[in-house]
Parts: sequence; C-alpha cells; structure tokens
Amino acid sequence: MDAKVNRKKLGLKEKYKLLTRDLGWEPSYHAKEKIFPYATYEGIKIHDWDKWEDPFRLTMDSYWKYQAEKERKFYAIIDAHAQNNGHLNLTDARYLSALKIFLQAISPGEYAASKGFARVGREFPGVGTQVACQMQAIDEIRHAQTQIHAMSNYNRFYNGFHAFAQQRDRIWYTSVARSFFDDAMSAGPFEFMIAIGFSFEYVLTNLLFVPFMSGAAYNGDMATVTFGFSAQSDEARHMTLGLECIKFMLEQDPANLPIIQSWIDKWFWRGFRLLGLVGTMMDYMLPKRVMSWREAWDIYGVANGTALFKDLARYGIRPPKSWDDAEAGIDHMSHQFMLGFYQWSFGTCFHSWIPSDEDMAWLAEKYPKSFNQYYLPRWQHIKKLAEAGTPFKNFGVAKLCQTCQLPTVFTEPDEASLLCHREGDYKGEKYHYCSDHCKEIFDNEPEKYIQSWLPLPQLFQAPNFGDIGAWMAWVDLKDGIDNGDYVGSQDEANFQAWRGLATSNSNAQAQGEQ
Amino acid sequence: MSTVFIALQANEQTRPIIEAIVLDNPHAIVNQEPAMVKIDAEGTLVIRQQTVEELMGRAFELQELHVNLISLSGNVDETDETLTLCWNA
Repeated sequence: MDAKVNRKKLGLKEKYKLLTRDLGWEPSYHAKEKIFPYATYEGIKIHDWDKWEDPFRLTMDSYWKYQAEKERKFYAIIDAHAQNNGHLNLTDARYLSALKIFLQAISPGEYAASKGFARVGREFPGVGTQVACQMQAIDEIRHAQTQIHAMSNYNRFYNGFHAFAQQRDRIWYTSVARSFFDDAMSAGPFEFMIAIGFSFEYVLTNLLFVPFMSGAAYNGDMATVTFGFSAQSDEARHMTLGLECIKFMLEQDPANLPIIQSWIDKWFWRGFRLLGLVGTMMDYMLPKRVMSWREAWDIYGVANGTALFKDLARYGIRPPKSWDDAEAGIDHMSHQFMLGFYQWSFGTCFHSWIPSDEDMAWLAEKYPKSFNQYYLPRWQHIKKLAEAGTPFKNFGVAKLCQTCQLPTVFTEPDEASLLCHREGDYKGEKYHYCSDHCKEIFDNEPEKYIQSWLPLPQLFQAPNFGDIGAWMAWVDLKDGIDNGDYVGSQDEANFQAWRGLATSNSNAQAQGEQ
Repeated sequence: MSTVFIALQANEQTRPIIEAIVLDNPHAIVNQEPAMVKIDAEGTLVIRQQTVEELMGRAFELQELHVNLISLSGNVDETDETLTLCWNA
C-alpha cells in the first residue's frame, strides 16, 4: 500500500482562480469580437473581465457536491410525502389553487431562466461570469424539474394540475410570467442579467420564495416547502451573482450608469407586476396565513430594498422610478387580483372563492388603509349575489396591458376608487396599458412590444374565433371541473371524503362527510 | 446603518451554525419563523468557521452553508475562515 501523502488542500481563493480564470484562454486564430458577438451592442463597456469575481468563490467541483446533497435531501422528503398521503395533511384543499398558479406560471419561468442563463453564459466573454451562469442555468432547470416532480403527487388526486405545459403557452394569466421571461430572454446579455439576476432575483425573489414557502409549511404542504427551500438555497447564490454583476458593470465604466439605471427602472416594475400573483396567493389562498403581502413587502421589499439602493447610491444608482407607486399599490393589488380571478373564474384552471367572514376580518386587520373602505363592500355584494343564487360572473373579456399582459384591473396610485388606464398610439394602432410605468416601458421599445402575443386577442383568432367552448378545449380546461368556485367543486368533495377516510375506520361515515 | 440578514432552514445541521452566529455577532437578532430562522444584524454579520466547528464537533467547510441557506442580504465576502455580509452605507 502506498504511504499516505498529506497534500495541502488548496485555499478557496486559489482554487477559485485555478478553476475559473485558468480555464479560459486567449483566442489565437479567431477575433474575440467574433466569438462573443453580443457583448457590446447594448452599449455596456467592460475593460477587464478578470475584475469580476464570485464572492462565494464556488467552483464546479464543490457545486456538484453540494447540489447532490440538496437533491438527496429533496427526494427523501418527496418520497416520504408521497408514501404517507402527504396531500391529506393540508389545512384545506383551497390551498391547492396557489400551487396550481405556481405550477402553471412560475415553474415554466424557471425553465425559461435556465435557457436564458445557458445563453448568456455563452455570450459573456469573462470566464468567472461564464462559470457562474453555467451553474445558474443548471440550478434553474433543477428548480423546474423538482417543482414539477413535487407537485406531480397532487396531480394524482386533484384537478387543474394536468396541463401546465400547454397552459403556459395558451391560458391568459400565465402569459404574465411567460412574457416577463420572454422579454428578458430576447434582450441582450447584460440586460438579461439586470432583469433576472438583479431585479428579479435580488430585489424580488425573497418575496416569492421566503414567505410563501413558510406559508406552505404552515399549511402542511411538506412537498412545496421542500422544493421551495431547495430552490431558495440556490437563490442566495443567484442574488449574490446579480448584485455582483451590477457592481461590476458600474465599476467598469461610468458610461454604463444611465443604461443600467434605465434597466432597473424597467425590470423592477415588470417584476413587481408579476409578483402581484404571489401577493394574491399569500393574502387569499393560504388557509392558514403566515404574514400578509403588505408585511412581506415591508420586510423584504422596503427594508431590504432601501438598504440595497442606499448601498448602490455610491455608484450614482437611485431606487427604481416606480418605487413610490409600487408602495402605494401594495395595499390594493392582492384584492384587485382576487376580485379579478373570482369574476373570471370560468377561464382559470384553478378555483377561487368568496373569502369567509373570518378571512375578511383578517384582511381588514392587515390592510387598515384599504380593505374595509374599498374591498369589503364589493365582497359583501358578491356574497349577497351568490346567496341569492345569482353569482357574479363576468363573461366579458378583460382589456390587457400591452406590456405586462395583466388585465387593467389596477387603480390610480393616488386614488383607489379610480381605475388606472393609459392609452397610446403607435403606427396607427391603439395600445392599452395598466399604468404610466408600463406605458413608458412600451414607449422605450415599441417595436418589441407590438410583437407581444396577447392571450385575449388570441381568443378571437384561429383556431378558436371567439368560441369559449373551443377555447377551453384548446387550453385543456374542463369546464365545471378545473375552473369556477371552490365551493361545490370536485376538489372540495374529494379532499373532505379522503381526509374523512384517513382519520376514521368507517368508510360510510367518511363518505357521509362529503 | 442598514440591516443585513441571513435566513437558514430550521434543522439539526443549522442549529450549531445559528449558535455560532449568535456568539460571534452579539448585535444579531434571531427570528424563529415557520421552518426557518432569519437572523438580522445591523451593518455586518460574520460567520466564523472555527466557532461553527467547535459547536458542531466536526470539521466544517463554510461552503456547506449552501445546503441549508434560504436567503441573505448585503455584500458577500467568503474566505476559508469567514463569511461576511455587509452594507457599505
């Protein structure tokens, strides 16, 4: 047997240098500009790529080691969840609506982010950046896969999970998330980094994963807590990459500042609109709530965002232009979304419902500035209509914002009783927007946004020509099963029956609880 | 001074890490939340490998943190011995 040699382990900094910088080379028979053709057209000037460094100094060998450990932890819990009828430990099957939205709108976004990072990892000339983007591309595809896998167990028992991939492309509310990622993926590599790496990951992702996953834990959903925390363990690295990239770009050349600022202005608002969906999930769809969207915003948006922009002020960066309007919108957006989902519930592949009296008391307490004044009267009216057997259904088609693709259901930032609507003309066509900020984003790149695929104009085009029944088949939505009110749904009946079976020895008794 | 934070999953592996953070950062505030622990600290927060190893009773590489990390804020600097979070303003 060979004598054991005690080799000194490489230090973190040394290893990082060897496994990033030293993997690169100077091209000798091809011009660098030809190898990296997209690195300059956005106007960002980089003088020394070697100045970019991952602050975690994570190298590929450690990456595989820790990711493998995360996967082992993840699958141990997912298996336990499936083997032990984990779906019956939920507080209530209402909760599943939040998961259905997540699967239909957010998980495909993870996949899009993977494609985006694979691309920019190829397009950036710096080796450190290439390695970090490669890791993130692998992370994001892991997120999409683990989320789909974790939620597949619910698909065995409940409606609405079955066609997320098709619905990602066809149903109306998912186009909000899809257009966000398509917008980023069709931008240049630096704008993509600000869009996904900085604005989405750093400024907003905490709002998506942290309070929502805590909410999943509170509501007995072990599968979602597990994929959420497993994904979030990567997000900490993504956030750090996003912050590092923005600092690197700002330090490389003062001419980069105005370009970066305009991207921050654009992408903060795009992300803020998208995350309104999460606000609705937190305020209305968790049977047992951890904190309100307003409280989550105060912690992860205001406290953290203020610290971040104070830190970046030394480079001349200011908070996003829309910051104050976002702050004003926080007290209203989740209520406006839920009222929208309820009235258009014929077209959603998840259930909505009228909040209970207890829920409304909670909402009033959490939203003292808005709920009782603006939203309680509407819910009470809707409740009265439902009790009279004439539930409020809106079979009209919503007007969509050309930029964020949400229905224009929002109110003016300074007047919550007035619907906010902006209109503009471009090359003889009229376009509609939900806000000044979405209009401004359009006006800066009209040729991009006039090409947007909008789900409601699509309804009137081939192959459905305005036929709602044909549209439902096209989006794989089974009327009366996947959509509509939770009360009276198959999901409600099944959950109650199965839970009865799980907690009693008498099948008859359990069935009787339906 | 702005506040930095680190959020870790609440589990057996992170217990000694959280204890080490509290020992090394007397100004840190520990918030127990469902399934996670969020630690806030004004200005700076340092995690020291040595303190974690003493409490854990085994060798610990700071990069192992990634397995149980949920989120953080502030500028990051990681060496073999320390992981530092700080805001510059």
